[in-house]
Amino acid sequence: MTKPIIQLENISFAFPGRQPILNGLDLTLNWGDRAGLIAPNGSGKTTLFHLVMGLIKPTSGIIRIFGKRILAEKDFRVVRRRIGLLFQDSDDQLFSPTVLDDVAFGPLNLGKNKEEAIAIAEETLTSLNLTDIRNRITFKLSGGEKRLVALATVLAMKPDALLLDEPVTGLDRDTRHRIESILRELDISYIMISHNMDFLSQLTTRIFSLENGKITVDDTAALHPHFHLHSHGTHPHEHK
Amino acid sequence: MFDEPFATGRSFIHRIDPRHRIVIAVVYSFVVALTDRFAPLTGALIVSLALAALARLRPAAVWRRLKVVFGFLALIWIVLPLTTGTPFLARIGPMGISTAGVLLAARISLKTTAILIEFTALVATMPLATLGHALGQIKMPEKLVYLVLMTYRYIHLLENEYQRTVRAIRLRGFLPGTNMHTYKTYAYLIGMLFVRSVARAERIEWAMRCRGFRGRFYHLVDFVPTPATWIFSAMMGIIIFWIAILEWGPHLW
Repeated sequence: MTKPIIQLENISFAFPGRQPILNGLDLTLNWGDRAGLIAPNGSGKTTLFHLVMGLIKPTSGIIRIFGKRILAEKDFRVVRRRIGLLFQDSDDQLFSPTVLDDVAFGPLNLGKNKEEAIAIAEETLTSLNLTDIRNRITFKLSGGEKRLVALATVLAMKPDALLLDEPVTGLDRDTRHRIESILRELDISYIMISHNMDFLSQLTTRIFSLENGKITVDDTAALHPHFHLHSHGTHPHEHK
Repeated sequence: MFDEPFATGRSFIHRIDPRHRIVIAVVYSFVVALTDRFAPLTGALIVSLALAALARLRPAAVWRRLKVVFGFLALIWIVLPLTTGTPFLARIGPMGISTAGVLLAARISLKTTAILIEFTALVATMPLATLGHALGQIKMPEKLVYLVLMTYRYIHLLENEYQRTVRAIRLRGFLPGTNMHTYKTYAYLIGMLFVRSVARAERIEWAMRCRGFRGRFYHLVDFVPTPATWIFSAMMGIIIFWIAILEWGPHLW
């Protein structure tokens, strides 16, 4: 039996004075789903995530999370404990002086005491292989380290589901592989925005798109791997 | 932008509890700032230099910081002797060098140098993050502490954004001059920085709310004062008391 985590019904949203960016959108994420969202820039992908987290309010429509209709800020507080959002720009997410401070911030907000919060933070950093940077200053981290720490701050809240906003954009191959293997090993449901087809095909079971403010699923165009042959040049190159 | 040349080290001072260092630095600064006699002022300068030596500060790095202040002090040395009035120490043509003015300039210079070196030795020897946590633990208002920490965190980003924009402007052939085009360009630049900061601030707040932020901050670090800390604090207490006696003692008996 599939139980829904996120249900969006007939959601519309417009930024003030602009054409609606989401227009009667329906979307469901069930337990165990690993969904990919691929759509052009400016089509409302990030807006969709922010709506789910209650950061912005839809002009109309119904949001149900874990089967419960979510209306007020206090309902969203519960949602934010159970759904983690990884921001597109990790600099938005990491505001504490040190890595450990930042990872412990979420657990502390959930009412854990200092020792428990540190223990959770340490445990999360260990599971992501980040213990050696635990005392580093957040703004001095490299782009890849920032993204991994941002992921750690979200995972430290032990969410049931993740919303990943371009988790590997702008990262080098090694960091991308690290994030890939972290996500693969997690027992968690997620929706992931990405423009990287290869990454999506590795990590998602469903892929949908956003068109004219609505979710579209194209069943005929499924992502699939294929083999090809070419001479091995001396320049580094990548296969998508 | 924030290079912290003194923040890391293994000197005696670096190992003293940051909270003690902050309190001592503030009390010491107040006492020195209120002092007027030359004996305690000279004493204070020597103590500050000793603290700098104890913290193993590189003289060249300290000098670089002092230079900034010495610029202001030079201005004081030019203005005060000429404006304070009779009696005169010497005369240069129509102008007189005031004795009181020279003494005042000397006092200000001694105070400034002593306080600056002492702050560098005691407070600049901890990373800003530690300073923030320590301020939080000596019960400074939480909002101010986080204002310091957040500024530290994001001013760097703002500077990057500023540099990027300036580079982009230059690459398109912009040469600043005294004309409307230049003023307008700078106005756009500053305006854009403000707009971006506000947008950034909003996203940070969102990210914090997503992690359950409800207006309360927590400090993770627990500082434990070592025996060395207590000895150091006691010594500094005696020194501060001694400076105060040198200054105000004669009035008391």
